[in-house]
Amino acid sequence: MELGQMQKSLQDYTKSLFVEGILDSQFLQLPQLQDESNSDFVSQVVSLFFQDSDRILNDLSLSLDQKVVDFEKVDPYVHQLKGSSSSIGAQRVKNACVVFRSFCEQKNVEACHRCLQQVKQEYYLVKNRLETLFKLEQQIVASGGMISAMDLGF
Amino acid sequence: MAGEVPSLAESKLTALVVDDNLVNQSMHHKLLDRLGIKNDVVCNGQEAVDVHCSGRNYDLILMDMDMPVMNGIQATKKLREMGIESKIAGVTTRSKEEEKKEFMEAGLNDFQEKPLTISKLVSILHNLDFYVQT
Repeated sequence: MELGQMQKSLQDYTKSLFVEGILDSQFLQLPQLQDESNSDFVSQVVSLFFQDSDRILNDLSLSLDQKVVDFEKVDPYVHQLKGSSSSIGAQRVKNACVVFRSFCEQKNVEACHRCLQQVKQEYYLVKNRLETLFKLEQQIVASGGMISAMDLGF
Repeated sequence: MAGEVPSLAESKLTALVVDDNLVNQSMHHKLLDRLGIKNDVVCNGQEAVDVHCSGRNYDLILMDMDMPVMNGIQATKKLREMGIESKIAGVTTRSKEEEKKEFMEAGLNDFQEKPLTISKLVSILHNLDFYVQT
């Protein structure tokens, strides 16, 4: 594929993430923090989000599988995930966490199980999409192109 | 405006990030870095108190509210009791007025809702009379 076409594909793909509400404007903060001294900041902080979220989702699953669910433990996990997803602009994950927390407050175990599934679904979606985004960027760079941090095509 | 990052390249300001969330730690550290503010990061209010007990001092403290061991309200009260006069800006996702009020009354100088952005951080610096070149 020609470089110009690849760059257009990247722009369109990135735009779709915002149109679908998977990312919000907070994500646009990340490239603004990237500079020569830390040229991998965006991928580093997104990787950190993935690692942290994987751990939290695992801990959440274990906590909700207990015979007697301790919501004093469950709620802080959801709060953490809400915080980190909000920080990087993973809007749908954040919104799913907000709903989850309301059911934690009500101590509704069944609803919390459903919420966990919803959060996982949204998380795997954003993870998949961002991994694809980074692959597209790598292909462009490997072909001698440049990624403009602010050029998102809209 | 998008793309315009204020520069404090020669800034002598120092800051402390107090937050238990790893992603927030990374973001807030980099936000401050980008504005030329040297900063340290700790994971909770107790560590913030401990670092001051060890003799460190900062111009600005970005204090999260919800943290294990010692939360932001407790840590802010403790730091003020210790005579720490640094500017403390509370940063939290909590949005209820009574929660914000309780946090402010603990001894904050300013407050911003998370997620933090460059413009929110610049706003904190302006509100606290730190010089920002734009």
